[in-house]
Amino acid sequence: MAPRPCAVLGIGQTKYKRRRDDVTLDGLVREATLRALEDAGATFDDIDAIVIGKAPDALEGVMMPLLSLCDALGAIGKPIHRVHTAGSVGASTAISAVNLVESGMYDTVLTIAYEKQSEGNATWALSGGKSGGQGAGGTFAPWIRNYIARSQAPEHIGWMVAVKDRLNALKNEYAHLHLPDISVEKVRESPMLWDPLHFLESCPSSDGAAAMVLGNDDIAKKSGRPSAWVISHAKRTEFGQFPGRDTVRPQAGVECSEALYRKAGITNPREQIDCAELYVPFSWYEPMWLEGHLIAEEGEGWKMTDAGDTELGGSFPVNMSGGVLSSNPIGASGMIRCLEAANQVRGTAGEYQVPGAKISIGHAYGGAAQYYAMWMVSSELNPEL
Amino acid sequence: MVSLAEDVAIVAFEQTPSHAHFNDSEPAMIMPCVNSVIEQVGMDRHDIDFTIAGSCDYLSGMPFAFVMNIDAVGAWPPVYESHVEMDGAWALFEGFVRLQSGDIDTVLVSGSGKCSPGSYREGFSLQTDPYVHAPIGLDPRTQAGFQAQALIAAGKATERDFAEVVARSHANAKNNPYAQLSGDLSVDELLAEPYVQQPLRRLDCPPTSDGAAAMVIARADKARELCDNPVWIRAIDHRIDSHHPTLRDLTDSPSVRIAADRVGLHDGPVDIAELTVTYSPEEIILRDALGLNGETAVNPSGGPLTGSPFMAVGLTRVIELARAIRNGDGGRGVAHASSGPALQQNLLCVLEGDN
Repeated sequence: MAPRPCAVLGIGQTKYKRRRDDVTLDGLVREATLRALEDAGATFDDIDAIVIGKAPDALEGVMMPLLSLCDALGAIGKPIHRVHTAGSVGASTAISAVNLVESGMYDTVLTIAYEKQSEGNATWALSGGKSGGQGAGGTFAPWIRNYIARSQAPEHIGWMVAVKDRLNALKNEYAHLHLPDISVEKVRESPMLWDPLHFLESCPSSDGAAAMVLGNDDIAKKSGRPSAWVISHAKRTEFGQFPGRDTVRPQAGVECSEALYRKAGITNPREQIDCAELYVPFSWYEPMWLEGHLIAEEGEGWKMTDAGDTELGGSFPVNMSGGVLSSNPIGASGMIRCLEAANQVRGTAGEYQVPGAKISIGHAYGGAAQYYAMWMVSSELNPEL
Repeated sequence: MVSLAEDVAIVAFEQTPSHAHFNDSEPAMIMPCVNSVIEQVGMDRHDIDFTIAGSCDYLSGMPFAFVMNIDAVGAWPPVYESHVEMDGAWALFEGFVRLQSGDIDTVLVSGSGKCSPGSYREGFSLQTDPYVHAPIGLDPRTQAGFQAQALIAAGKATERDFAEVVARSHANAKNNPYAQLSGDLSVDELLAEPYVQQPLRRLDCPPTSDGAAAMVIARADKARELCDNPVWIRAIDHRIDSHHPTLRDLTDSPSVRIAADRVGLHDGPVDIAELTVTYSPEEIILRDALGLNGETAVNPSGGPLTGSPFMAVGLTRVIELARAIRNGDGGRGVAHASSGPALQQNLLCVLEGDN
């Protein structure tokens, strides 16, 4: 049997901010869930199964939190399971939910991801639970320096990405950071955290949740609403450390995108894909992923950024919503990439809509840049490429 | 019962013994299981289409502990892989669902957990809601005590019933080389033991265990190609009950009843039931919710009371059932996994032999 077609029918997000102390964890996930249900024109009764994801439990200090969140998620008497694949988890979770629909076993599936960084110490947890750890920036900075050395990219590329994503975020009411007076000068003058990454080239710590209602083709047709069809998805994992590993352009990332494009029949991603939501927690990862996911040739990704191609209005917009650089509820960040890609092809991206977007990708990575999860959505089930 | 697009079978399985303390890393515990199942199917590990694992960071006391576990699976060249922060039985669920799409043939499933390095009661109290229950340290054994007391108060069981579950489990485990505890225990002697959590005594509770389990599942054509005696997964379903003990009838398991209906449990004979009985009173609740009668052999392996490596223990129930069916001890049976305090979340998997 072929996989059952799967569409995004509803999208719900919370406002992302430093500290959502107006809600409990239960309140946070319910807020996103209710919005997704409303957007889908569905109720809890329509949901056959739930897939939940988040980054390590230690971020909030709640072990296997689906157990305590199931009441708020309307999951009582239903299947609910929890995905955890490090930073890629938000996208992995969405893909697991797609698998449930594609299997034909479940017609309508709710998927949700969240993080409430304010209830814990993320840098401690991201350092493997050790004090004085290097955090994510400390891990990635040497690889970014290596990218700069290999590609001969000028240092202003990182600053440009930091500005572009924050300007995009001004159009997104849910974004955490709204920095109307952001500028290249401000980024450059902000404190150096991990050379070459300045403070304003790094993602914020956010609280927030993101949810989607997915359904099969029958449900999508019945809903009568614009759908985003999940026409391809892929995941790849590799070891985090071994001699000879290419940490700038990890093979798992290359193979993940190859699998994604192959399944959708994409032969020229730069031309055939209209826009992308890529997981860019630190500015330089925009050009690195443009290359690492075969959208640009090796050494050419930074030139797309430099030329303004990745701006809203450019020839290949990236992170129209403001991206991870503007909102980072860690476990949800990958799901936000996926649902923002869906917003684009449904035509529901509001002020940051790419006109006529037909095919878009959502992407996340995690661990030591070793976990990859990507999906491709389209306004049509069988789009002409 | 849900109709399935694809028939799926277990073609290879392996488990570690339930160790009181495994004196090496978690990957070192998983790797022999993975190597064994790969060898059993005679495949190159790179030809496995999808890999999925179940484990829990909090057991290891370290965020991202599961990342280390891919050392045991192999991830170079890169692999198509995922992970659930749950017992390996839920990894099996996702692997089974993934095969239904019909575009891949084989899935490697594993589950692993080392309970010995930490304090189980302190750790698992963090499973409860973080605002009301966790701060007072409402740990699973306490909730199991509530559940046992509720059974007694409702007239559904006695302490002697609990002791009989324990005695039978330990006796059954004498034939199980993977069991951590086994032996002949007298019910009267068990009842003479002091309480650890009234009305529970020490052996009403599980031992502290480390262990791992792995299996390969495959779509029908591939399954027949890979082995002579596939064990078919006829159905799998899981359901959850409210987290709040005061919102539930602790003497019943509505989630098990729903799942039993969804897997069509009584559409055929239930020769064997391998149940995640973490505390002895749970067997009484599960038997009732599953509608089992005297014709079903319950926990012929001894069950979790004789070895309970959390995150592997549910997947191990599936393996014990598959082994029993392969050995001809029965033609059809049900494996059960559980998650959360007081049997909050439950998974059922119906297996059938090849005849």
